[in-house]
Order: sequence, then structure tokens, then C-alpha cells
Amino acid sequence: MSEATSAPGTTVTADPPRRSMAGFLQAIEVDTRLLGMIVALVVIWFGFDLLSGGLFLTPRNLWNLSVQSAAVAIMATGMVLVIVSRNIDLSIGSVVGFTGMLMAMIQAEWIPKNLGLGFDQPYTWILALGAGILTGGAIGLFQGFIIAYIGVPSFIVTLGGLLVWRGLSFQFSQGQTIGPMDGIFQLMGGGPKGSLGATLSWVVAGIAIVFIVYTLWASRRRRRRYGFPVRPMWADALLGITGCVVTIGAVAVANAYPWPEALAATYATENGITPPPGGLIIPTGIANPVLIAIGAGVVMTFLATRRRFGRYVFSIGGNPDAAELAGINTRRTIMSTFMIMGILAAVSAAVLSARLNAATGGTGSGMELYVSAAAVIGGTSFAGGIGTIPGALLGAVVMQSLQSGMVILKVDSPVQDIVVGIVLVAAVGLDTVVRRRST
Amino acid sequence: MSLEPQPESTPPASPVTAGSSVPDLPGVGTRPAVERPAAAAPIVEMRDIRVAFGGVHAVDHVSVDLRPGEVVGLVGGNGAGKSTLMRALSGAHPADSGEIRVAGETVSINNPRDAKALGIETIYQTLALADNVDAAANVFLGRELKTRFGNLDDAAMESATRNVMGRLNPRFRNFKSPVKSLSGGQRQSIAIARAIHFNARVLIMDEPTAALGPAETNQVRELVAQLKDEGIGIFLISHDIHDVFDLSDRITVMLQGKLVGTVDKNRVTKDEVLGMIIMGKKPDEVTEKELAELHG
Repeated sequence: MSEATSAPGTTVTADPPRRSMAGFLQAIEVDTRLLGMIVALVVIWFGFDLLSGGLFLTPRNLWNLSVQSAAVAIMATGMVLVIVSRNIDLSIGSVVGFTGMLMAMIQAEWIPKNLGLGFDQPYTWILALGAGILTGGAIGLFQGFIIAYIGVPSFIVTLGGLLVWRGLSFQFSQGQTIGPMDGIFQLMGGGPKGSLGATLSWVVAGIAIVFIVYTLWASRRRRRRYGFPVRPMWADALLGITGCVVTIGAVAVANAYPWPEALAATYATENGITPPPGGLIIPTGIANPVLIAIGAGVVMTFLATRRRFGRYVFSIGGNPDAAELAGINTRRTIMSTFMIMGILAAVSAAVLSARLNAATGGTGSGMELYVSAAAVIGGTSFAGGIGTIPGALLGAVVMQSLQSGMVILKVDSPVQDIVVGIVLVAAVGLDTVVRRRST
Repeated sequence: MSLEPQPESTPPASPVTAGSSVPDLPGVGTRPAVERPAAAAPIVEMRDIRVAFGGVHAVDHVSVDLRPGEVVGLVGGNGAGKSTLMRALSGAHPADSGEIRVAGETVSINNPRDAKALGIETIYQTLALADNVDAAANVFLGRELKTRFGNLDDAAMESATRNVMGRLNPRFRNFKSPVKSLSGGQRQSIAIARAIHFNARVLIMDEPTAALGPAETNQVRELVAQLKDEGIGIFLISHDIHDVFDLSDRITVMLQGKLVGTVDKNRVTKDEVLGMIIMGKKPDEVTEKELAELHG
């Protein structure tokens, strides 16, 4: 419960840098826990690559890894705030099932059949997605109301929600699988067509780079204006260059994964392109679900660190009584975290059902546990007040990396679960020990 | 109800200016308040305040008042109701009945936000700091400065915090650390900074020196004197009778939720105040025999 580098926006003090590892870390003002996670991820990736004889670090595998992480990552960004304020949301897997089912019904049954409007209307996807998000938000708001205003513990309320929404989604679908999804809606699920392609991916990279450089520059200028100590120039430069290199590298990898040959050939015939010798190579680029997850990460980080709402969430988690005495509307804040969680579950449901091209009553089952695990591996503390959204995104990638790696190594599914379980406890255990020592 | 200036103290005949049996007697004293005319009108008047928890009357029809630039010490044993009385004023736990006036106007204080809007700031015994955020975030907690886009203006808040901390605790440097990693004295100065940064008219200090070392205690004492000079009215809750005697102008004694009396510090001895705390009687009501028993 006592260390110095985890709440949002807090970093170590900017004393003159010392010539040591600690001094270096202090100078660049980077969350040491986040840095540790990046190191762990790199170790996992290279470890699996060595063990699998080079099958892990391929554009194909990394691209798939990114798509598979997305659904959990999207929800993990919201779970951070829920856990930070000393609550838990066990219902999100079932909310994914329920909202996914609702969105599937709208586009596969109600609009085309019941209303007789036919499939693939241009507005179908937006109606379905809008209804899903509204429903998810309403479910979250309702559960949040019971938790914040009536005072039933979140564990109980969302455990009930887990049963209710799952039951309703089976009831609703009569146990059937509902599909197929609308053509545009499907693009949210990724796949070659649901990806940005080379040019747009580079555009995204360009925007990200401008954003990184601007953020560093603006923060420097602001601190200068107030006469505060600023990071040494080299530290800012190092951070900026690292951010840009990672962005460019990630996009290069995504673009290095080509469309499957057969699909590329079909595309060539449809568009009257003569395939060059060796077949047409179309770069896939960033997958849409990954873009959505990154978008969720950016928006949630902004909410958590730049808005009053986020500050209140972290204050409540650190000391609920103090937050109340400071005049914060703690109930509304708590309720809002659950509403956001519900919205993110609906977005996640859209991504999942778009990828599967169908919704079943069981979609998303058990996801609440993976999402909580991602948040916790990413440094979110159940004691409250501590956690970061980038950490949770990394946590989701770490978990998916472990699973993908073990699939490549042909580890049996029960053993996979055992390993993930041990890693979860070990990661949090290590973190607890390190934190206690740094007191 | 009359809003005539009340005298700073009553005639020598009786050192007691207010008691549970003496509701409100404006103009009882005859000494004109010539030295500090502005200070004479009470900034806070609490009348007939009652707070009950279940069937227990934690505060039972208690009246106190406070003038600008005055320190009123609140003393009493555990469970006397002094903190509960102040929680009614700070909005942490609103009173069940009674009247609160601030600068002569009847107000209703239902939550901490109401109290702060009236210029009533509180330094809680627990400090009530949000442990995982930094000093500036705590000073501005609930009253954050925003940029024109509605985002948090952390730089402006840090700047203001550096200013106020420069005055309170010039050696403070840990502006970027979560406050739970700071020392007791540093945390105390953040809690004080939060209370005085927003131009408080009334300050409630609940055991402000209980967790502090001697040097830091002296700092707090100096601060109290300084704030008093600035015309801020201070309610000081303390177990420490010496603290109260050194810092207060008047002393209000409570016992088991009831007001024993309010006395002018210069007209009573520590023993007399101790007698009030223990026996629940004003000095002139205490018999020689009881006094002898007290000294044992």
C-alpha cells in the first residue's frame, strides 16, 4: 500500500539526476512498474520465440495476438477505474453476452425480417451498435445505482448481474446462434477487410507520433512557464524517440502481414487487377479491433488523468472518507465508473460478435475474470487508489501472449489455465513484495 | 434575534459567558468593543445544536459562538461531543436540530461543500487526505482548477500549492509524491494548506498537534497565532489543556454531549477548567469539598 510511483500523473520528483539506474529512472520519470511490465512482455515474447523455433515473433502471430487481445483490453481500461475505486464488476462477461445478442438480433432479425427491410442497410450497423452501447450503459448505470446509492456491495450486485444477464441472453435467443452480422458491422471484428491497410495504418502512426511529440513539448512548456523543474532534455528526447520507434515498428509489423493469398486473388479478380508473379500482396495493417482498443485506452487515460472524474475515482480509492469530506459526490462517481464499464462491455461485445459473425447466448462467458486479471497484472491494486490504463492494456497483451505462446508450443488447454493462474498470482505477489520494500 | 456585537468577555463577577442554561444574551456585557470593532460581531453562532446517534444524544442542545480573529478552545473528555459538534459545522454530519448562523445569517449546512462555500474549513484529526494523489491534488480536492477545455490544470494547481506551502513549510519539496509516502508533519502541512488556501473565514482544527513532534507542534502554534492576526476565527479541539490555554481566547467545555460552559481564558485557572471537564460544573458552582476531592 505504500510506494511512490503509481497513481495517475504522479511520478518521482525531479531532483538532479544521479549516475545510477535509479537516477536514470528518476530523470525520465517513467512509472517503474510499467517499465517492469514491458520488460516482462519482451522476455515472454523472446522466450516463446526461442522455444517455438521462431514461430512466435512473426507478423502473422503478432497481428493475431493484437486482435485476440483487443476484446479483453477494451474492457480492462474500464475495469481499472472500477477496481481503483475499491469495487469489482463480475457481470461484464454476461453483459457482453446480452448486448452482443441484442445487437445481433437487431441486425439479423428485427431490421431485415421483422421490419422487412432486408440485410445490409447502410444504417443497420450504427443502429445495432448504438442500441448495444445504450443498453450496456443502462445496465451499468442500474447496477452502479444499486451499488452507490443503495449500498449493496459491488461483488453481490454484479454477481447477481452475471446470472441475470447471462440468463436473459439465453432466454432472449432461445438458445440459438444469431447471425449473420451486417456487412459493415463485421468490419469491427478485424480480419483482412476489417483492417486499415498500409496507407491508413501509416496515417495512424503519423497521428500518434505528432501526439507523442506534442504531449512532451506541451508538458515541458507548461512547466517552464510556471518555473517548475523540468526533465532533462535528453530524457524527453529519449522518451519521444522510443515512443516514435515503437509506433513505427508496430505499424511496420502489421503491414508486413499480407492478406491470405486466396483472398488477395479474389480481390484482384473482382477489381480487375492482374496479379504480379508470385501473387498480389496486400498489407493488412492495423486491425479495427486493435484501433478500437487503442482508442478506448486513449479516451480512458484522458478521463483518468486529465479530468476531475478520474481524480475523484483515484481519491475515493485512496481514502473514501477523505473524498466525502472534501465535498466530492462519491456516489455519482462510483455509479459513473459502472456505467462506463457497461458501455465498454457493449463495445467489446460488438467486436467479439463481429469477429465471430454471430452471437450466442454464451458469448463472453468468463471474460470478467480475464479482464480483472489483465487489470491486476497491469498493476491495479484491489486495495484501491492504484492502477493505470496503459498498464491494463499491457496486462491484456501479456495474458494473450502467454496463451498464444502456449498454443504454438502445443501445450494442453488445462495446462494453459494452470500457467495463467500461476502467473497471475506470481505477478501480483512480486508486485506486493517490491512495493513493501520500497516503503 | 439581535445581532448586536457581543463583548469579548463578561464582567469580572462571572467568568462564564454562555452555558446550557443561558441561551443567548446579547448585550449582557457593557464594555464597549472599542479595540476591535470588526471582531465583535460573531462570525459563527451555533444555537441549540442537537445531534443524536440512535437514542444517544451525542450533542444535546449546545450553543457556542466564535468571533473573527478569536480562538475558541473546545475541551472535554472522550465522548464529550466536541468533535460531533464541529462535524455539524463542517457538514460532515449535519445537526438534527438547532440553528447555525454565519456572519449573522441563518444558514443550512448539509454537506462539506455547503460549509466550504461559507468559508468554513476543517482540518480533521485524521487529516482526511487522499493518499494516492499528490500534494496539489489534495489541496484542490473537490475544487480543482480547470483549463478552458475543462481539463485539470495541474500546473496551475501545483504552482498555487508551491506558493502556499512556501509559507507553511518552506522545506517541502515532494510535490510529485503521493501523500501517503510523506511524513506526519508534511501531511499535516498539506491538510493545513488545503484549509487556508481558499480564504477561510472560520477554521476548525481537530487535535491539530496530536500526531506531531515538538518542533512541528510549535509550527502549528505559530500558524494559529498568525491566522488569528489575519482575522480568521478558529475552533480548536484538543485533549491537551496546556495547548488550549496557550492558544485560546475562550474555552468551551463539554461533558457527555452537554455544554458545561464557556469561559474567558484570562479569568480561569487550568484547575478550574479541569474541574469543569471532570465534574461538569462551572467554577462558581463547585463546592470547596468537591474541589478538595478533585485534588485528592
